[in-house]
Amino acid sequence: MPKRTDIKKILLLGSGPIVIGQACEFDYSGTQACKALREEGFQIVLANSNPATIMTDPELSHATYIEPLTPEFIEYIIQVERPDAILPTLGGQTALNLAMKLWEKGVLQKYNVKMLGANYDVIKKAEDRQEFKKAVLKVGLDVPRSAFAHNMGEALLAAQEIGYPLIVRPSYTLGGTGGGIARTQEEFEKIAALGIESSMINEVLIEESIEGWKEYELEVMRDNKDNVVIVCSIENLDAMGVHTGDSITVAPAQTLTDREYQDMRDAALVLIREIGVETGGSNIQFAIDPKSGRMIVIEMNPRVSRSSALASKATGFPIAKFAAKLAVGYSLDEIQNDITRETPASFEPVIDYCVVKAPRFTFEKFPEAKDILGVQMKSVGETMAIGRTFKEALQKALRGLEIKHIGLDNKQDFNDISDEKIRLRLKEPNASRIFYVKYALQKGLTLNEIYKISFIDPWFIAQIQQIIDMENKLVAAFAKDKTLDVKLLRKAKEYGFSDPQLAAITGKSEVEIRRWRKDLGIVATFKQVDTCAAEFEAHTPYYYSTYESEDEAILFDAKMNVGKKEVRKKIMILGGGPNRIGQGIEFDYCCCHAAFALKDMGFETIMVNSNPETVSTDYDTSDRLYFEPLTFEDVMNIIDVEKPDGVIVQYGGQTPLNLAKRLHDAGVKIIGTTVDSIDLAENRERFSAFITKLGISQPANGSAASVEEAVSVAQQIGYPVLARPSYVLGGRAMRIVYDRESLLDFIEEAKEVSDGHPILIDKFVEDAIEVDVDAICDGEHTYVAGIMEHIENAGIHSGDSACVLPPHTLSEQIVRAIKTNTCKIAEGLKVVGLLNIQFAIKGSKIMVLEVNPRASRTVPFVSKASGLPVAKIAAQIMAGKKIKDFDLSVQCEDLAHVAVKESVLPFSRFSGVDIVLGPEMKSTGEVMGIAATFGEAFAKSQISANSALPRSGKIFVSVKDDDKRNVAFLAKKLIDMKFTIIATRGTAKVLKSSGVDAEIVDKHDEGKNNLLTLIRKNEINLIINTPSGKKSQSDMRSIRADAILHNVPCITTLQGAWAAVNGMEAIIAKQMSVRSLQNYYKGNAVKKSNPCEVR
Amino acid sequence: MKDAILYLEDGTVFNGQSLTVSGETTGEVVFNTAMSGYQEILTDPSYAGQIVVMTYPLIGNYGVNDQDVESSKVHVKGFIAKEFCRHHSNQRATKSLIQYLEDNHIIAMEGFDTRALTRHLRVSGAMKGMISTVDFDIASLAAKLKASPSMENTDWVKTVTSPKSYFWPATGVYKGAPLYKVAAIDCGIKTNILRILAKLGCDVHVFPADAAFEQMMSVKPDGLFISNGPGDPVSVPYVMKTVQKFFGKLPVFGICLGHQILGLALGGSTYKLKFGHHGANHPVKDMVDNRVSITSQNHNYCVDMDSLDSNEVEMIDVNLNDRTVEGLKHKKFPIYSIQYHPESCPGPRDAEYLFNGFIASMKEYKKAKV
Repeated sequence: MPKRTDIKKILLLGSGPIVIGQACEFDYSGTQACKALREEGFQIVLANSNPATIMTDPELSHATYIEPLTPEFIEYIIQVERPDAILPTLGGQTALNLAMKLWEKGVLQKYNVKMLGANYDVIKKAEDRQEFKKAVLKVGLDVPRSAFAHNMGEALLAAQEIGYPLIVRPSYTLGGTGGGIARTQEEFEKIAALGIESSMINEVLIEESIEGWKEYELEVMRDNKDNVVIVCSIENLDAMGVHTGDSITVAPAQTLTDREYQDMRDAALVLIREIGVETGGSNIQFAIDPKSGRMIVIEMNPRVSRSSALASKATGFPIAKFAAKLAVGYSLDEIQNDITRETPASFEPVIDYCVVKAPRFTFEKFPEAKDILGVQMKSVGETMAIGRTFKEALQKALRGLEIKHIGLDNKQDFNDISDEKIRLRLKEPNASRIFYVKYALQKGLTLNEIYKISFIDPWFIAQIQQIIDMENKLVAAFAKDKTLDVKLLRKAKEYGFSDPQLAAITGKSEVEIRRWRKDLGIVATFKQVDTCAAEFEAHTPYYYSTYESEDEAILFDAKMNVGKKEVRKKIMILGGGPNRIGQGIEFDYCCCHAAFALKDMGFETIMVNSNPETVSTDYDTSDRLYFEPLTFEDVMNIIDVEKPDGVIVQYGGQTPLNLAKRLHDAGVKIIGTTVDSIDLAENRERFSAFITKLGISQPANGSAASVEEAVSVAQQIGYPVLARPSYVLGGRAMRIVYDRESLLDFIEEAKEVSDGHPILIDKFVEDAIEVDVDAICDGEHTYVAGIMEHIENAGIHSGDSACVLPPHTLSEQIVRAIKTNTCKIAEGLKVVGLLNIQFAIKGSKIMVLEVNPRASRTVPFVSKASGLPVAKIAAQIMAGKKIKDFDLSVQCEDLAHVAVKESVLPFSRFSGVDIVLGPEMKSTGEVMGIAATFGEAFAKSQISANSALPRSGKIFVSVKDDDKRNVAFLAKKLIDMKFTIIATRGTAKVLKSSGVDAEIVDKHDEGKNNLLTLIRKNEINLIINTPSGKKSQSDMRSIRADAILHNVPCITTLQGAWAAVNGMEAIIAKQMSVRSLQNYYKGNAVKKSNPCEVR
Repeated sequence: MKDAILYLEDGTVFNGQSLTVSGETTGEVVFNTAMSGYQEILTDPSYAGQIVVMTYPLIGNYGVNDQDVESSKVHVKGFIAKEFCRHHSNQRATKSLIQYLEDNHIIAMEGFDTRALTRHLRVSGAMKGMISTVDFDIASLAAKLKASPSMENTDWVKTVTSPKSYFWPATGVYKGAPLYKVAAIDCGIKTNILRILAKLGCDVHVFPADAAFEQMMSVKPDGLFISNGPGDPVSVPYVMKTVQKFFGKLPVFGICLGHQILGLALGGSTYKLKFGHHGANHPVKDMVDNRVSITSQNHNYCVDMDSLDSNEVEMIDVNLNDRTVEGLKHKKFPIYSIQYHPESCPGPRDAEYLFNGFIASMKEYKKAKV
């Protein structure tokens, strides 16, 4: 069937901020959908609250709304835009839930908006566990024994019937929030209560535990002619019991016979038809009992998912793009396979390699949380690796995680680990279990023993044994001959051993290994990802490395250049690898923009990245894509083949920046800011001297290579100090230290992180305003693209604090001075490309806190707020253009509208972790509120960050001593706004003395009518709690944790509280409105003088 | 583990290792893109005379078992993969693939760039090749390969067909109470075809490929089935001639080689595809209801539609990858045939419904007879 003609305008829903369970994959799917539907001539209206996405780029849609993803705001958008249809299946669970609410409220019916992809009944049938179970049984498939419960009474009864161990799964939540496995009644009571609470409809499913069963996923697509194809099968290395997002997974399925696989395929076909997904992609999860082969259906997502992004990257079959086309009427056989260009999309991809996905955890950011995995997802990112064997792919994935493992290595000596610990780490699924499988084998545990403890399928354990066997062979051969035979060395590379691993085995340096093997002719070869295992010619240069005889990248290059007089110059862009806290979608956004801008300039762009969730790893984004780990070895292998004319290292975050020096030393041409300038900014001593020479102030500081030195530097500077390791991102292990003792604690912890680099110690400037600046410089001239004033005072990581553009409390002189200083620094550093500076403003004094000569996390926010493609301009400048070549008349401080960025924190995932912010970044994502006034923009940002401010009700106030004077004024204001103030005795007394009446409430441990009870009864609408020092922090800790659990917004700084007052004023004053970015940009301020130009 | 060499007739050489028996083997080298189902492939008689390269690099992961066989023995002449599994895992496995190949005296070669080999076959076409673990002299290999039989002009069917006729009874509710009797010409029949026919209520009388028309008619069949099998349809003219005798007398259904033989019997001709179709992911469109099936395929030859009289024969299935013929139907008589494998094993079961068509025409035939 051809394209539908009854719809012209389509509303596409995004997935909002990056949170655990919903990351860049939905930017990838949304972006593909925007492009595909635009190509088909539809008008696209896009709604997403996340400014760091490619899909919110104004040129991708006809109208782009960065607005809260709530039914209220979507209805406003529908009122303005009047779309014919809504496509909710490409924006994750957020978009799906949102569309369901819009339907339930009658909004879609009222405005006659059709649901594409899946309608209300279909989504309900797939998402509602009871209805889904009914459907599964109806078509003759099997499910675990189970029962539903809506209260503890029902729950206990069900548990009794089914028997322990059992699993609790709350209905309607994201990524399994609030679920768990219970082995005893005591555990069960806890988990069930939490589950009922976190479910949107207070419902939990209690089911037979199939822990230890083999887990599989199928990615399925269906069109309106009822054609169904399986795009990819995935087998989890971690057995049932670990959330699939937290499992190491492998594609295709490895341990199924064809019969078993076809049984599963048949089940998927009958199920997608029974559920009735009309068009698009779905993901179906299965479990198989390894003893009997009994197959059970676990769940189904009637939408594209994280796994579909993985499947798309693993096979080259773009699920989201095709899902969008199917949604508007095409059938699979009418869509062409982009890669082969001669075969249709109505086929099932086959691959001739093995794909391994490994999750990236950040437990180090939450030391109070245990790194134990379960049915609730904890990982913040993932890496994917492709190899010709599982062994190669696994080792590539592990080094691609960037967790200081160089493969399946020996980071710990197995001799140093007790048997007991090994067994425990095998039994309780955890972030480093894969390494413990190796340690266990090395220690002599048998394959069978390990299987019985871990339930990891023997096939995987045997593969790991083969890696160990190879390692032992290498060690023995080298010990005997002091060299390695060329055949053995080649075999080791085929097994995925990295040069650093071989260096560790032979005691040589990585560079020596590299030279040695290259001399022996052992070089990486590149193979194409082509959807068809080489059966047809592929036209998309999407590659992975392996050690084979034929290199298809070289063949492709030769073919492309036949008969060409002029060969396009090549620029390589290094991506950021797996998402983690501190390095995520913002950097991927920058890398994509570099590719887009340089392609426009006529360059051949080459992308290198290992993150399957991203837009950068879409083969459409760059001219060539290398799906590879971001290590020196892997990057150099590509450089050897591609010989790029320039490499961009400043866009992918700290990952490529950390490679810059080694690449430069290896003769690679790095374009943009030089390696020396990067070092000048990163090397504390050089930087300090440089800033002093420019006559700009900075907090007193020093660096220390030893404990003694650190103590003496801190003494000299005077406490409090801000201490941190150098060369890290996201404030990893950064801390405000108030005394010598805490400093010693810090040094102990930082050892692991700093990797031999010195520790940096700065005077901590208390009560200062922090400002983030993003600027573009061509080495001579500078354009200040964004000046963002933080809502919270200096001391909270810039990635965690909210900020506002244009700065709303800074005077014109201060802004001018910030600009002047920025220009001085940029030009002094001879930055070519992007630069980010953090300033602290105290009174009229401006101090430089930090300079980063790279793309920053705020670049997409600045671009979305101002309408200026900052990353694109900077990329073109790196490639030779100058500031004067661009129209840079927009001045960020003169924007006619206000944009507020708010961070989104993952605390609800890590029970027991305090939510107080500090210099170490903890947020996973961000949202933007944009409006005519600060108040409205801030209020929107809070709604988007899922902490909507109240219009009325009770506000609990408890502040540290320093804030007590200031809080009185704030409280007065709140009472004027008709709020009731509740406070603890101490704070209430202070308020009383300033003439503010407050209801007194006991803290949780003091009496009956305590705060905790009020929170649980939903009688508190907002909490303002500013903690000081360690003691008070722990004092209020459980209150804050409870607030998170019960979704009560909790503000931990006084500045944040003031911003909230502004926001609440805006909410109370009038109904909020929506406006597209395209409309905002029309109103951009006209040119004023640029202080840099004047100077 | 011993060194092994693969020598192709165009002079291309790949060096790897053999994990099983020593010796030499020759055959037509073809690649198969299915990611599972190696045991079914090994035992599919259609692979007689061929050395099969699996494009999926890890083969043997789930071992072998007693159920997933498509005939009583291994038919491939040699088996090639990037890496054969040393430690399989599956609850049904009874032995390792390597042991199985060893027991069946099949050379299993691994340890080289099988994707390069596949690309070479795609570009240059399927060709003869020789694996040796004993002779590494190129000139000598070339001479031996030249002397080996080719796919063309060789009757491979005769090497795989059952020497005697046998009986495969209907199963399930039809056990002892069959709905239909089918005469099947065994050109190398896959067991799953028998399983499906039996499941659908057919008592199947399986005959050697050279069985006479009268011999088959003697069991009073309600339909004739012509099976899959190895090689070039032109090299089994005797089957074609027998088949022609059934036209207008019984419903006729052919699969794979059976389809090609029918094409010839209907007056058409066949040609050789460059590298054939061997895999489990080929999209085929049913031209009657426009349904797309994902199909299991294994053939090197193809019926030339233009060679057939369009007044008599129509195309009912088309391969969406290369638009080749995947199914035929006679306009007057109940004769039809499918190029791919609706019986799957290995591969998707999307097209199993096609057997119903055969059943329906037998039903009609029986009704008319009464």
